[in-house]
Amino acid sequence: MIAYIFIFLGLIFIFFGTLGIIRFPDIYTRLQTSSKCDAAGAVAIMVGLIIKEGLNAVSLRILIILLFLLLTNPVATHAIARSAAIRGIKPWRKEKNTER
Amino acid sequence: MNVITLIISVIAGTASLALYRVIFGPTPWDRLIAVNLISSKVVIIMVATAVFFERSIYMDVALVYAVIGFVSIIAISKFLEKEGMEKE
Repeated sequence: MIAYIFIFLGLIFIFFGTLGIIRFPDIYTRLQTSSKCDAAGAVAIMVGLIIKEGLNAVSLRILIILLFLLLTNPVATHAIARSAAIRGIKPWRKEKNTER
Repeated sequence: MNVITLIISVIAGTASLALYRVIFGPTPWDRLIAVNLISSKVVIIMVATAVFFERSIYMDVALVYAVIGFVSIIAISKFLEKEGMEKE
């Protein structure tokens, strides 16, 4: 039961992260929601799968994949943001007198 | 509804929503963000399939897929940083 609660929480995080990818106006804001979707969603779903599986070799391998995702996702996010900033992408600002 | 059906359908549906940003993204970095997201979702689907169907060979496939996705994201972003596309 606790495992299914964690999995459902992760699915909610993933859904709203992807909604942010579609709706947000800029590279940096989209990068923020993408990072949250990867970190929180993947971690919640994999913790739920570990609790469901119990303590054996399979759950140890899930733990290794989880640690790898936790290490590499911020690095990839930072690399994308750094390359966009070096090539001169300006952050988005809300313009006055325009209605969207 | 089964739990594995729910997991796979929600994650695959949101991945196909993120495919919109890959196709119509204004800059190359938007496409890179969406590709990173889809790669991470494929890893989650593989791990869930390995647990629910008791095929532990999928776990190794997921680990290798995560490594290759990370290296490709780093390589493409370094490429776009130095040269790559001219102005849009």
